[in-house]
Amino acid sequence: MNAFEHLRKGGLLERIAERLLFVCALSSTLIVLFIIAFIVKEGLPALALGREFLFGMTWRPSREQFGILPVVISSFIVGLGALGLAAAIGIPAAIYLAEFAPNWLHSIIKPSVEMLVGIPSIVLGLFGLMVLVVFIRDNIGGYGECILAGWIILAIMTLPHVISISEDSIRAVPCAYKEASLGLGATQLQTIRKVILPNARSGILAALVLGMGNAIGETMAVLMVIGNPNIPWIPTSVLEPVRVLTSTIVLEISYAVWGSMHQHALFALGVVLFIIVAILNAITTTVVRKGIRRCS
Amino acid sequence: MNKIETKALNVYYGNGAVHGLKNVEMSIPANKITALIGPSGCGKTTFLRALNRMNELKGAETTGEVLLDGRNIYSAKEDVIQLRKKVGMVFQQPNPFPMSIYENVAYGPRIHGQRHENLDKIVEESLRKAALWDEVSDRLEESALGFSGGQQQRLCIARALAVNPEIILFDEPCSALDPISTARIEELLTELKQEYTLVIVTHNMQQAARVSDFTGFFLMGELIECGRTAKIFERPEDKRTEDYITGRYG
Amino acid sequence: MALKERLVTASLCFTALVSLLFLFVVVAYIVANGIGAISLDFLLESPYRFEQGGIFPQIIGSLCLVLICLLVAVPLGVASAIYLAEYAPDTLITRSVRFFGECLAGIPSIVKGLFGLVFLVYYLHLGISMLAGGLTLGFMILPWTVRASEEAIKAVPQSYREASLALGATKLQTIRTVVLKSAYPGIITGILLGMGKAIGETAVVLLTAGSGLESFLPRSILDPVGSLPVYIYMLATQGHTSAALSRAFGASLVLIALFLAISVVALVLRNRYLRQMGGGRR
Repeated sequence: MNAFEHLRKGGLLERIAERLLFVCALSSTLIVLFIIAFIVKEGLPALALGREFLFGMTWRPSREQFGILPVVISSFIVGLGALGLAAAIGIPAAIYLAEFAPNWLHSIIKPSVEMLVGIPSIVLGLFGLMVLVVFIRDNIGGYGECILAGWIILAIMTLPHVISISEDSIRAVPCAYKEASLGLGATQLQTIRKVILPNARSGILAALVLGMGNAIGETMAVLMVIGNPNIPWIPTSVLEPVRVLTSTIVLEISYAVWGSMHQHALFALGVVLFIIVAILNAITTTVVRKGIRRCS
Repeated sequence: MNKIETKALNVYYGNGAVHGLKNVEMSIPANKITALIGPSGCGKTTFLRALNRMNELKGAETTGEVLLDGRNIYSAKEDVIQLRKKVGMVFQQPNPFPMSIYENVAYGPRIHGQRHENLDKIVEESLRKAALWDEVSDRLEESALGFSGGQQQRLCIARALAVNPEIILFDEPCSALDPISTARIEELLTELKQEYTLVIVTHNMQQAARVSDFTGFFLMGELIECGRTAKIFERPEDKRTEDYITGRYG
Repeated sequence: MALKERLVTASLCFTALVSLLFLFVVVAYIVANGIGAISLDFLLESPYRFEQGGIFPQIIGSLCLVLICLLVAVPLGVASAIYLAEYAPDTLITRSVRFFGECLAGIPSIVKGLFGLVFLVYYLHLGISMLAGGLTLGFMILPWTVRASEEAIKAVPQSYREASLALGATKLQTIRTVVLKSAYPGIITGILLGMGKAIGETAVVLLTAGSGLESFLPRSILDPVGSLPVYIYMLATQGHTSAALSRAFGASLVLIALFLAISVVALVLRNRYLRQMGGGRR
């Protein structure tokens, strides 16, 4: 028996393998912890500025002013608007796909919508810059690079997720409810409105909150179309250019001097972004869990 | 001569909550077919799986002794891997691997270190013993999943034979098969007992009566009665055995 | 059906068609504007300023980054999945490991880029380099390789494991020879998914691997490297002529085509494997 077989006979190889696999499984955990540790460490000097940082109204790195409120508010405005648009198109589309669409149409629409996910965000951003921005500039007003463009591009990006998860939630409503309603003489639409949608509500809500998280965390597509003025302010119209959390980080990181307060402030922006998205994701999981309990 | 003897065998499931086998003392004679019968949930499958320590996969606790050729297979020094080489198992639902016929049969010998040159011979021998060779000899490279249920089950038998066991355990091997395949496998069992010791769990009493030399009747985790098949079926000693045989329950 | 019902149903259908339309409009536009820039020179030469030359170094750069990324994410991902699916007991530790895995998926890519910057580029002194970019991309797609692999492994029927163990195989042998082989197609899907995300990722690469304007092929993994998405970004924001923009679309087309090509190859491999395993009857 060679050494290998000896190891196997003793079960030692098995135990070593199990330990190794455990260490690999820890890798995700370690990475997350490292990310949190390093980002927070780099952002701390700026976060330590407290209210001046979190609620300051002026972001002017050249004058050592790092107020992030306009940028945070803009992120929310852009995210919410995009979400609203995606929901307005996506939820009815999901209803159609789940309840009405004939098979042949379903098999065309569904994969096509899902393929949107495969388009890299930079390409969508390019499209937005060349088509949307120009369209808005020529037909509606302003410079073209504005919140509205951001809404549309982000809506296109979150649409697949909203449709997919909403459709799954609608399909997950037990057939029994549908049949009971139809058996009582309700029309399909009434059934959808009164029986299916309320039951699918938690899943759809989860889809929306998740979509919001994606929209706020999206970087390249939104960066190309929203304008990014030098000094961010709180917008008063949808045709104004704005800055969001993600675009600020990308635009300024390349020229922020390493070790300066500017760099720390950008990392602090990362921390704020991380926290916002984490909260939204946490809401998604709790909403889903609560919803399931209510239905059963 | 007894191949296996159990002494005070108890099996507990669910952290001690369920007492699956209660103090079973049974002997399995060598080179004979022993059938285990009883109503659903009576413990016959638990007993079968105790013989090759497969209960441990479901987290069961076992106390007592199972002596294979005089050695307790549950003692701490015993190598489970070697045990399962000696004691093979065929399951209720045929479960060939999603590989070719050849690869399925060669799987066992290969993992036990058998050299590449010998594999062809072993595969052919095992398939012959399982009465499958004539049907598949020109299709060894085809996937096992493309064959009928009866053929797949015989393949599983060949696979078990390929590691050269001394005992083969069958867990309701025909319950998922049609009558013709069942008949072929029953024929096969009768041939195999010349070389191997066979233990078969079955809920089909006619099958037990047809095929086995010895029978054990289980009820609610206990071995009620065991002995020569003819005696169990014609002149059972325990009333409960008689009730089951005559179909009053089960 | 009443008139109101018909109207509502029609508007529902309309929204679905609008969703469908988006894909076609975007793709059509990119193809229409990009196809003009595509030529053999474009694919095989190096860029010169913004208007001339080709994108060859960027193509190679993207492929190299994805390669490093997969070298990290696939072994770690499959190993994690094996542990989680086959060994992990239901303890607090296991549940937190899973929880953190999901967390990692939810972190925005720009934050991962920042991490790559501070940890790999500065702290570990890798500098702005292909290695830093590839590693960060690997961290980014890890959750998806783990998830897909775990699902694939869990989908392997328990009966295969039992059969293998009953033949006297050890757990490790069973996993290696039976479980992994059956889970292979699902694992490939996970790899594909991750690769798609990695090849199109701009922010992370921008922060860790460089601005993508290199005119030469990468010389070592510690050098900055150009990549398609970053190059497109540069062309779009800093190249102001229509020639530059047309090249941006050309590069976009190449990027999408690259991703499609790899997907198709992987799908073909997967289907061939499935057919081999499945036998004649389906």
